[in-house]
Amino acid sequence: MPILETRALTIRFGGHVAVNAVSCAFEAGTLTAIVGPNGAGKTTFFNLVSGQLPASDGQVIFKGEDITALGPHLRTRRGLGRAFQLTNLFPNLTVLENVRLAVQARLHPRVDLFSMAARHRELLDAAHGYLDRVSLGHRARTRASVLSHGDQRKLEVALMLALEPDVFMFDEPTAGMSVDEVPVLLDLIEAIKQDTSKTILLVEHKMDVVRRLADRIVVLVNGTLVADGKPAEVVALPVVQEAYLGIRRKEAAHG
Amino acid sequence: MIIDTILSGDRPRSRLLGALLMAAFLALAFAPFLFPGTKALGVASRICIFIVLAASYDIVLGYTGIVSFAHAMFFGIGAYGVAIALSNLPVGWGAIFIGLGGALVVSAVLAVAIGFISLRLRALYFSMMTLALASFALIVATQLRDITGGEDGLTFSLPHLLAVSYRPFAAPVLGVRIDGRIVTYYLVFTAATALFLLMLRIVNSPFGRVLQAIRENEFRAQALGFSVVLHRTLAGTIGALMATCAGALLALVLRYNGPSASLSFEIMVDSILLMTVVGGMGTLYGPLLGAIVIVLAQYYLQPGMAALAEWTDGVPLLPHLFNPDRWLLWLGVLFVLIVYFFPTGLVGRMRGWTEPDE
Repeated sequence: MPILETRALTIRFGGHVAVNAVSCAFEAGTLTAIVGPNGAGKTTFFNLVSGQLPASDGQVIFKGEDITALGPHLRTRRGLGRAFQLTNLFPNLTVLENVRLAVQARLHPRVDLFSMAARHRELLDAAHGYLDRVSLGHRARTRASVLSHGDQRKLEVALMLALEPDVFMFDEPTAGMSVDEVPVLLDLIEAIKQDTSKTILLVEHKMDVVRRLADRIVVLVNGTLVADGKPAEVVALPVVQEAYLGIRRKEAAHG
Repeated sequence: MIIDTILSGDRPRSRLLGALLMAAFLALAFAPFLFPGTKALGVASRICIFIVLAASYDIVLGYTGIVSFAHAMFFGIGAYGVAIALSNLPVGWGAIFIGLGGALVVSAVLAVAIGFISLRLRALYFSMMTLALASFALIVATQLRDITGGEDGLTFSLPHLLAVSYRPFAAPVLGVRIDGRIVTYYLVFTAATALFLLMLRIVNSPFGRVLQAIRENEFRAQALGFSVVLHRTLAGTIGALMATCAGALLALVLRYNGPSASLSFEIMVDSILLMTVVGGMGTLYGPLLGAIVIVLAQYYLQPGMAALAEWTDGVPLLPHLFNPDRWLLWLGVLFVLIVYFFPTGLVGRMRGWTEPDE
């Protein structure tokens, strides 16, 4: 049984269908790359799966349960982790506190009014551990808003790691990162991949990254799933050449 | 370590702020002996009460980012609860607790209802709705004359221990004759200290950290698995219950309650909102300082100006500027200057001196 499945998942904004009847199953322990030209609906598809947007039609099935009606916080608690494309942090809190909050959400989820947050050492220690994994340990006391773009992306990923989800959803994790920062993140994703109980969904533009990591590629064009299969097969499909790589070449020519 | 437990680990983080807090605590703790007289005791009581009230508003405004104008309503509910109970039931501690308990229940129900309404409205419309609700509360209080005493309000007696005529000691203590007013003051001081420290604990608890996360980025807090609805509503309810307790204390001090004493827009805007903003939102120590500064200004700016006007008599223009009738103008100028030069409030400014941004 797949750990995550979408059935005819659809969202309309007025007359515009941003995601159109996408049915796709994700097996535990696999890494699926979701590719497609800009505006293909990749991030919107992620938002439907993690609950940031309500589906107009169709279902999201997670661990055999229909979670379509659940809000995003309840999906997170069930083990669906999400890192955002546009960095989405708590800007005026410290780097450590950002991660500590994610650890608290997992290890200390009950409403606790009367204990002192600073005395929950186990939460702080765990938070330090996740910061080290994204090599941000030395910035723990810094306010998140003053981090460089690349460091903010790493912190974004650290928040998701701290949730210890079963499904990791990375939305262009390396976008805007400098060349020497990218390997840290790719190594991290590979490390998660080693754990065969973890499932990864990855939206990514860079084809070299996709080829290196993905077990499978799903192609979205104009909100519709147009191809789904092993990386080598999918890249060779005419529809992909035309719709995805063709547009990429045109973009490159304009750029 | 013990200090950290009392202050919930939330140290002043500024020498000046620490010194001011210590001075304020000692001055309030010994107020009846340091500043004898009925007026000074009234001012000290008012400071204690407004510290609780402004801090409770800070939980809502500063820690959670909800702009509500209905906070004075909860203050009024607390004051009316005690006033109505003491006016209608046999005078005693039982009546006070029944009045306070009833008021807490009413406040909690209203606060939860407001919390759910806030889900359906965007921030600006929510603020407008709270404004309408505050007006409604004021109208109810003035119109239900049989229960609330209408515009005139209610005057009532207190239990023996708190009555003005009560004399626990035959001889003066440290030169001050102890009476029921001073006993009432210490009741208020102790309750205010306990409530403030409780709020300090709540904002530094795991729950308080989630509130800050929601204020910073509601969307992300939800994505981490926190229920924004639950936390917002609970924060609003805690703020409302604390304001209700402050209102009950006010009724005990005044031995009276009416619409202008606890429910008016002047209380909401001139006191609660200004104290929180001037002192520094989201710090809890800020509203504490704000309450002290503003209550002192409300009571002593006018006589201070009268003295200045007299002193500068004969100098051109100055006596007119310091005419005591213009005290509200000066109060306004003072607030505009503070808000303009210290956008993070007094506490934000003091902490800024000691912790430069990284």
